[in-house]
Amino acid sequence: MSGETNANGGRRTMMQIRDLKKVFNGTVVAVDGVTFDVYEGEIFGFLGPNGAGKTTTISMLTTLLRPTSGTATVCGFDILKEPNEVRKRIGVVPQEYTADEDLTGYENIMFCADLYGIPRRISRERADELLKLVELESAKDRKVETYSGGMRRRLELACGLINHPRVLFLDEPTLGLDVQTRAAVWQYIRRLKEEYGMTLFLTTHYLEEADSLCDRIAIIDHGKIVKIGTPKELKDSLGGDVIELGVQEAGEDLTQLISSVQHVKEVKRVAPSEYRIKSEVGEVTAPMIIDALRSKGYRVSKISLTRPTLDQVYLEFTGRSIREENGDRTQAMRQRMIMRRARR
Amino acid sequence: MTAAEAKVNLVQQVGSVSPQVDKSNSTIISSSPYHGLWALTNRELKKWYKNPVILLLSLIQPVLWLGLFGKAMNFGAIFTDGAFNIPGLNIPKEVINQLGNMLMLNVFGTSDYFSFLAVGMLSFIIIFTAMFSGMSIVWDRRLGTLNKVMSTPVARGSIVMSKILSSVIRSLVQAAIILVLAVLLGMNTSSMTVLGVVGTFASLALLSFGFSAVFLMLALRSTNQNTQMAIVNLLNLPLLFGSNALFPANLMPEWLQAFVKVNPISYATDIGRQLLLGAGGMSPLSFDFAYLAAFAAVFSVVGIVLSWRFLTK
Repeated sequence: MSGETNANGGRRTMMQIRDLKKVFNGTVVAVDGVTFDVYEGEIFGFLGPNGAGKTTTISMLTTLLRPTSGTATVCGFDILKEPNEVRKRIGVVPQEYTADEDLTGYENIMFCADLYGIPRRISRERADELLKLVELESAKDRKVETYSGGMRRRLELACGLINHPRVLFLDEPTLGLDVQTRAAVWQYIRRLKEEYGMTLFLTTHYLEEADSLCDRIAIIDHGKIVKIGTPKELKDSLGGDVIELGVQEAGEDLTQLISSVQHVKEVKRVAPSEYRIKSEVGEVTAPMIIDALRSKGYRVSKISLTRPTLDQVYLEFTGRSIREENGDRTQAMRQRMIMRRARR
Repeated sequence: MTAAEAKVNLVQQVGSVSPQVDKSNSTIISSSPYHGLWALTNRELKKWYKNPVILLLSLIQPVLWLGLFGKAMNFGAIFTDGAFNIPGLNIPKEVINQLGNMLMLNVFGTSDYFSFLAVGMLSFIIIFTAMFSGMSIVWDRRLGTLNKVMSTPVARGSIVMSKILSSVIRSLVQAAIILVLAVLLGMNTSSMTVLGVVGTFASLALLSFGFSAVFLMLALRSTNQNTQMAIVNLLNLPLLFGSNALFPANLMPEWLQAFVKVNPISYATDIGRQLLLGAGGMSPLSFDFAYLAAFAAVFSVVGIVLSWRFLTK
């Protein structure tokens, strides 16, 4: 766990999850003893295939499901002993579109406010503020059934924020949205984090999403956390960037020379005039290698830089690519339903 | 308000509390355990009154029963207005009419079957609406709305109670419409008083409360609306025919009478007949009310207790 403590950088712990476990019907192990911390102000991502236990974990942390064993605190409150204190301090944006289609956007957000018992004079102000933030002001008096998928997602975001939560849970926030809308939702999420200084906990099975949005990621598979760290740490754990270098001088072994360059971790001569170099900061190392070679009179004929993707990390730790996943049938049907509603 | 101002606002409201040390409330939240109850109830009602088609459709069935059944089964006409005579005996028409009236009064407690049935239909619309109280919780579960609501500090009992309350309000409005229609169609109003109508609706409210709670309980863990439909279809007609709503209990076989005597519908109908039609009752009003109140109280309490245990994801 020392890696995480370093990543913490002295920040306060917002959630403490200790050996949390959920077994359904005594046989199906959905979450198999996960332990991790989430720090104040970070965007923490749960990455994993369908059925990995992401939603079950979120359900336990948001007090919807009782864990079979283990403990967790959210904002300092035990999810089992003081669930209502937890509920007051969290916001939840579920996977589904839960807004009432027959009601307007404004009515929906006021309904959420009433569920928290927020007095009207405050909730009106907050609703206006939030609708402005997610740019739904002009559509607030329209029935939700006329909203597009992106608008609905934004409304869900606004509803999840009405109590000004300390921690916002987002379960697959961009599921079923097209690429542009997804990018827009990411932007809203980033803005929320900046403006409200909230801690965000999100699940996703989109690698791009985890990579570009999250401060730290936990890869979860078969109910267990297989790897945890910043996107960069995860990628670096594969050995860093790969620089492929070609030189015109085939006769000499330049391994020694290249190895002496700063940041170079590993050099392999893959062909008489070709080298494969690993470095954690490829973009810095590459020009330094060129300079080093040139200063000794060698000529670089080609150079390329490949950075490890989260996809490769995922492949490394779960043993399969995230794109070949197939959920079970109900899960697939559920997702189709969400997507259909999202695309309308 | 600009985003910057909003932020300032927020900082003031949220403050800077440390999650580990300071457990003070981060946002303004009402301390009442009942907050959200009205919001939840109102949400259910809004869906209903903003969609008049549903209201209209739900009224069609009892109106059809009232119109077709009540008017077609004109028991009164069997005995009156020279409908029959016995050959050889020249019984005067007045005597036959009188006999017929006595017979009707004796059997139905009123000389008019339509009025008798109209009161039964009030109970009918109540249980038919109450039976579907569970459906909305199944839908909320399927659509994820229930999870959303359960992640807020709303009391679990409030979630159940809001469904019951909205079902009660809905069914009472529908019963009121049925009563107005029945009067327009010729229901006997000679012994109707304001107090009688109020008393009748109080009994109907209790009936609705109890049945809504029962059917909500059956739906607490359900994710399948088809199961709910099957349960409703299985129970509605036996409950209706096994009561005095359509036919007086004292002419039924013993075993059926025993069932009628425990069926709460019978007690609400009994109250309605005594208060609206001035008919002789199955049991004293006080007993009827006590029975219904106990029915409503027991099942709503059980419903709330079950919700603490079973209303989870």
